[in-house]
Amino acid sequence: MLAMNFRGPYRIRADRNKPYPEIKHPYDAIVRVTRSLICGSDLHLYHGLVPDTRVGMTFGHEFTGIVEEIGSGVQKLKVGDHVLVPFNVACGTCPFCKQELYGNCHESNPEATAVGGFFGYAHTGGGYDGGQAEYVRVPYADVSPMIIPAGMDIEDAVLLTDVVPTGYQAAEMGGIRKGDTVVVFGAGPVGIMAARCAWLFGAGRVIVIDHIDYRLEFARNYSYCEAYNFKEMDDPVLFLKKQTDWFGADVCIDAVGCDASGSALQTITGKKLLLQAGAATALHWAINSVKKGGILSVVGVYGPPFNLVSIGSLMNKGITLRTNQTSVKRLLPKLIDHVMAGRLNPKGLISHRIPLEEVSDAYHIFSAKRDNCIKPLLIPPHANIA
Amino acid sequence: MENNAEPNKVYSIDRSMANTSKAHIPGWGIDADPENDPTYPMKHWNGADHERLNYEKPPQQPIDMEVLHSVERPGITSVFGTSTPPSGLSGMIRRYAFKYSEATATHWMTLILADRVNVIEGYIDDLKNGHVPNPFMERGWHGEWKYNRKGFVQTVAIGAAVTASVILLLNLKNKKKVKPVA
Repeated sequence: MLAMNFRGPYRIRADRNKPYPEIKHPYDAIVRVTRSLICGSDLHLYHGLVPDTRVGMTFGHEFTGIVEEIGSGVQKLKVGDHVLVPFNVACGTCPFCKQELYGNCHESNPEATAVGGFFGYAHTGGGYDGGQAEYVRVPYADVSPMIIPAGMDIEDAVLLTDVVPTGYQAAEMGGIRKGDTVVVFGAGPVGIMAARCAWLFGAGRVIVIDHIDYRLEFARNYSYCEAYNFKEMDDPVLFLKKQTDWFGADVCIDAVGCDASGSALQTITGKKLLLQAGAATALHWAINSVKKGGILSVVGVYGPPFNLVSIGSLMNKGITLRTNQTSVKRLLPKLIDHVMAGRLNPKGLISHRIPLEEVSDAYHIFSAKRDNCIKPLLIPPHANIA
Repeated sequence: MENNAEPNKVYSIDRSMANTSKAHIPGWGIDADPENDPTYPMKHWNGADHERLNYEKPPQQPIDMEVLHSVERPGITSVFGTSTPPSGLSGMIRRYAFKYSEATATHWMTLILADRVNVIEGYIDDLKNGHVPNPFMERGWHGEWKYNRKGFVQTVAIGAAVTASVILLLNLKNKKKVKPVA
């Protein structure tokens, strides 16, 4: 079958000889992918920043598909169902899943206890091949996958597998109160969605910080927010202090993660020398920009083992740090309601629709930010929908 | 002490959004929840943590391949990915890495080393299978040609000039080393 094939940092190809996935467990399903997205966190893999990313892996944790085959223990899904598949592989029975922490499942990733199981996210994420392929194996098929509601656009559905819930949970973890000033670092798809969702919680002011002008313009229009380019400032922290009456933001959201720009020290030590787990520039700025006693919500992805940030300021300011991988299944009912009611417009984020055969171009365009790319969607051959 | 600073006058850059109506924003405030304090809603506490590892586990996926597992857990999880089992020199390095806990740099940095070795193994495997890697395709340069042609041409021209200069310098050095025959 056709599948994305990782060959090394900045090198991938569309491989036509990938073996078809097989049922390996009674709770497995095999899904024929109908739509698949490239996530900003896939770029961390693409850039070689995530340990245990092995040559030959297929990435992709945001996808929809039609159930082609089910294991003997699958009861809720049947062949032919069109499902959206949350990026978490979750068993539904471990203590974490029982408490709706589906991003922290204890029975889906043997390789790292700090990380849950994720589709197509290196062996650090459990070693699963992902959905940037024609077919994919979906473990625990009765737990997370959900039949796409009647009337929902497939492009909205595929964005509900990660981007929308992650943006929403970023705002939710911020504990936003009506009138709060919320600063979002990063105008990628998740940052843009977090800014949009901050309003749902009653934010009084939403500010997005990034350095790519076309993305800032997109954020202004899509998320109804203010958006500023940190390259036009001497010091973004000082700028934000001035913008917030010298007080600091009530809530800061880090939607950037380990691939941040903006600090030579962080870039050299984190991305060039790999002495820390990527560049933590946005997290450092967020700690310093939030008010005393404020809340810092982190959804940006950082690799192990550690990063250089100002823990002293975190303690001295009494900041509450809230962070987790998104618990997609927990949030889906509410978010489906928001989408169906028109309060959220996920598919508005998709800027490029690209055949799976051109996956290497899609990664490059997204990574190098060509052609005003916000979010590329991959369409496999034979992805016909009845 | 009197504070003569005039922060609002000097620094109120754009506060228009803060004071305007939010009527144009779909769903403004619909999910506002005054009880959303830092312990809610990340976890619905029900005491399951105290079960520790004594919970009802799903059936075990047959372990018919080598699966490395963190030393911070007693064994392999009920399901696991079968994408790319460890193999070759990179596999040996990965096995070494998995002797150390996730708290150690040795574990993660060794895995990064294995990843880089694995890239070389990937080249060798490609050639063994009669596939010559195509950097133009694999690096997505078709997209660069399509959307940033000027930059692409510039990069290629600079690369060609640097390569030509290096070759020229090496040739000059080699010529100087050759002693004239008396």
